[in-house]
Amino acid sequence: MSGQPSRREFLRATAGAAAGAGLLSVLAIERAGATPASMEEAIRKVAGTAALRPGRVKLELPPLVENGNTVPLSIKVESPMTVADHVRAIHVFTEKNPQPEVVSVHLGPRAGRAAVATRMRLADTQTVVAIAELSDGSFWSDKVNVVVTLAACLEDA
Amino acid sequence: MASALVNVPARARRGEIVEIKTLISHPMETGYRRSQLGTAIPRDIIRRFVCTYNGVEIFSADLHPAIAANPFFVFSTVATESGTIQFQWTGDSGFSVSESAPITVVD
Repeated sequence: MSGQPSRREFLRATAGAAAGAGLLSVLAIERAGATPASMEEAIRKVAGTAALRPGRVKLELPPLVENGNTVPLSIKVESPMTVADHVRAIHVFTEKNPQPEVVSVHLGPRAGRAAVATRMRLADTQTVVAIAELSDGSFWSDKVNVVVTLAACLEDA
Repeated sequence: MASALVNVPARARRGEIVEIKTLISHPMETGYRRSQLGTAIPRDIIRRFVCTYNGVEIFSADLHPAIAANPFFVFSTVATESGTIQFQWTGDSGFSVSESAPITVVD
């Protein structure tokens, strides 16, 4: 039997490899999700290379969330909302949801004031970031830490 | 089946900032959940919401799975003229619902 693997060795090797590959693909599915790095990447996709300045944006979320399936959030931006100076868009991102993007809203001078409210899902205790894109091309941001006791998104139906 | 609720003040003074609230019934299935048999439940979400005032877009939103079921939005607009405010939600598997509300602007 020298040189060629025995039937037993061959089976052991292939079974091990198959199980390993299966386990890896399961892990890949379970681990798929946003990370602070992928959030950064998603932010760069909307903001390009522009600097994100803190301030002017006020993101409001409850600091302690019992149920991550429905979390109210509101975003207000200090802006006169005139044709010359208004908020063009507001984007919301998360660190640890399965995907970093939450919502992008587009407004204009006809909004009158830059204030939007909606409800989101949170999969984990994490930081939520809101970014406002102004008509002059500048980007302003605000972040809030939220503690979540019951997570959304990943539970079975 | 899908029903939308919109709340627009019926009357407003010209130039007044009015608040608009919208709610639509939709499961917003994320596509990340599994059924009890272990099969992935396909994504089924509303992807876009657009609001127009007499045909001019005043507000729009791109939605992602992280928006809670039954998407709810509050935003505002300046009452410029009498007319209708139209709302349109579109999403996965051909989902499309529109709703409209009249507004009367007085001087």
